[in-house]
Amino acid sequence: MGNKKNKRKRLVLFFAACLLLSGLAYLVFQVALGTDVGKKMLAWTGKEDIGIKRGLDIAGGLYVLLEAKETGDEKVDADVIERTMAVIRNRVDELGVAEPVIAPQGRNRIRIELPDIDDPEKAREIIGSTARLSFVDPNGEEVITGANLRRVQMMRDPEEPDPFISLELDKEGTKRFAEATGEFYGQKIFIVLDEQIISDPVVNAVITDGQARITGHEEPAELALLLRSGSLPVELVELESQLVGPTLGRRTMDVSVYAAAVGLAIVVLYMISFYRFAGFISGVALLFYLTLVLGALTLLPTTLTLPGIAGLILSIGMAVDANVLIFERIKEELKNGRTVHRAIENGFQQAFRTILDSNVTTIIATVVLFALASGPVRGFAVTLFIGIVCSMLTAVTLTRALMRLAFRAGLVRSSRFVGVKAA
Amino acid sequence: MINFVRHRKIPYALSVLLILGGIVSLLISGMNLGIDFAGGTVLHLNLADDFTPAEVEALAGGIPELKGAVVQTVKGRDLQGRLTEGVVIKSAYIEEGRRNAVLAAFRERWPSLGPDDLRVESVGGIISGELTRQALIALAVAVAGMIAYITFRFEFRFALAAIIALLHDIFIIVAVFSIFQIEANVPFIAALLTIFGYSVNDTIVIFDRIRENIKRKKKDEYAAMVDRSINQNLVRTINTSMTTLLVLAALLVGFYYFIGSFDLIAFVIALLIGVVVGTYSSVFIAAPLWLDLGRVQSRRLRRRPA
Repeated sequence: MGNKKNKRKRLVLFFAACLLLSGLAYLVFQVALGTDVGKKMLAWTGKEDIGIKRGLDIAGGLYVLLEAKETGDEKVDADVIERTMAVIRNRVDELGVAEPVIAPQGRNRIRIELPDIDDPEKAREIIGSTARLSFVDPNGEEVITGANLRRVQMMRDPEEPDPFISLELDKEGTKRFAEATGEFYGQKIFIVLDEQIISDPVVNAVITDGQARITGHEEPAELALLLRSGSLPVELVELESQLVGPTLGRRTMDVSVYAAAVGLAIVVLYMISFYRFAGFISGVALLFYLTLVLGALTLLPTTLTLPGIAGLILSIGMAVDANVLIFERIKEELKNGRTVHRAIENGFQQAFRTILDSNVTTIIATVVLFALASGPVRGFAVTLFIGIVCSMLTAVTLTRALMRLAFRAGLVRSSRFVGVKAA
Repeated sequence: MINFVRHRKIPYALSVLLILGGIVSLLISGMNLGIDFAGGTVLHLNLADDFTPAEVEALAGGIPELKGAVVQTVKGRDLQGRLTEGVVIKSAYIEEGRRNAVLAAFRERWPSLGPDDLRVESVGGIISGELTRQALIALAVAVAGMIAYITFRFEFRFALAAIIALLHDIFIIVAVFSIFQIEANVPFIAALLTIFGYSVNDTIVIFDRIRENIKRKKKDEYAAMVDRSINQNLVRTINTSMTTLLVLAALLVGFYYFIGSFDLIAFVIALLIGVVVGTYSSVFIAAPLWLDLGRVQSRRLRRRPA
């Protein structure tokens, strides 16, 4: 009698586990896909910045790979790249991009990624403008260039009514500027941007410390912006660029999500029709597999691209493989006359080695690609790696646990539960 | 029980034929390399409904940057099922400064072409060369790693058979892309990588069974043992490839019906071919090949004077 009571308890436990897993899956899907429900939930927990980082092909935006070209007097080294990136960062900041990536790549390259911007064309123009900013003395000689500007800020002095612009120069600029302001005291210095004079302040102090001020300009904010995004220290050549309007990417994402849902439904139906109750368990495991993968992608600093999504959808079909292997083993054991309980235990045990060996080879491929490839292929390797590890984990842990629970709850009595006709 | 080993010459011949066909096609027409490999600029513009391909071609013909460009129409649908049409223009690399002029020419005719409904991709020659080299190096290292692992867990003969089957699969995908001149871009590499994993995975499952059955084998019945191993795994092989193919079919329909983007369709096609060929090669090539490699080996041993 006690046995029967225990069985009922386990039955409740089994369905509670299935419900719980589905609920968890629902929540993680909402967060990962960035739906309204997901956003609300994140807002509630106070962690609004969590989410899967979407590649440019999905989110829309701009990707540019630039290479610095050596010009006569400027050698391309880490410092030059650093300064160039600083100028680009200034320009990008004017656009108000949420998560810009501006990173060096190799010795002389700069990678820029600006996801989720409304007008990638304008962004491309702003980054790429090779505007040349220079300070020219009355004789037409160049004193300093925009590359010598360390910092440009619009400031206010409490004792003066109008805002002014504060300039901070680098070492070389300080030296040259000190000489020029000494020589041309009381005369005009011309600030030239792309052969256009944007300001012509009069030198009223000899500036030796590299801290200059421009006062009395009519539109100081505008001038500050022009100066700040001034000239790049080196010439940049575009090697590669991708500009995706947000609408196009958005639609592909939506279609992919629908395809994933349809694919998932088809696979689960197929498994149930073939493996009956065991198929149902594999369906729950598959749901949990997706939860794990999406959770991992949400928490890890990876970027999901379109091939990545397609790979993920494909992995829905492949992830059931481990379950198929296990169920086929169980069927064999049953045909060999084992009891249901023994068949389940042996099945898992024997399938484990197969699952391990067959997956490790794939893992090797993904690790190699991660180490050697770059850009989108690298991201894809990460997605694939996560998929394989998660599918292995769910098959040998969750499917097993659910199967044992179902057995002890009395849900699995005859060999029919994996689709074997009773002998 | 199906007698795979006895009839193995049929799939061998089929595969050799496919590979020869692929080599001929590669020599004659080569691969249709997209901009990721060959360099160039692609403009994908979702123009308003009122355009004809001829009109777009005429307009493109008048722009010097688009000389020799190929114009294709892309049909897709939004999620409400409304038809959206756009054009994809593939041209030689357009310098950064000139791209806006090209877009401006299109906007003059289609003022509604906003910044959000287009895609412009440009790849210069330096990058496309690097990508190809990188892909080949990665392929070689991955193959070496797999050979090492399989040799360690099984033995070298299994590794050799698995890798031959794998390269066979990869080559057939490449061959199909060459024969039908389907465009290959970065997603193609991603597809090959996926099949890389799928194919070896599928082969290892059968090899695992052979490894297990070797222990129980009676004397001199290798062929029957290989047959038994394949047959014991047959349901699994069919089920796993079925679920994978069904999911891919859903993806293909989705991409074809809604997006109409050639790149993504090509990606899914590569995966579909790969799953079919990968499954075929594990059953019909890899396992019988393992047997034949063993025969070559033992013959060589016998020939050696004691």
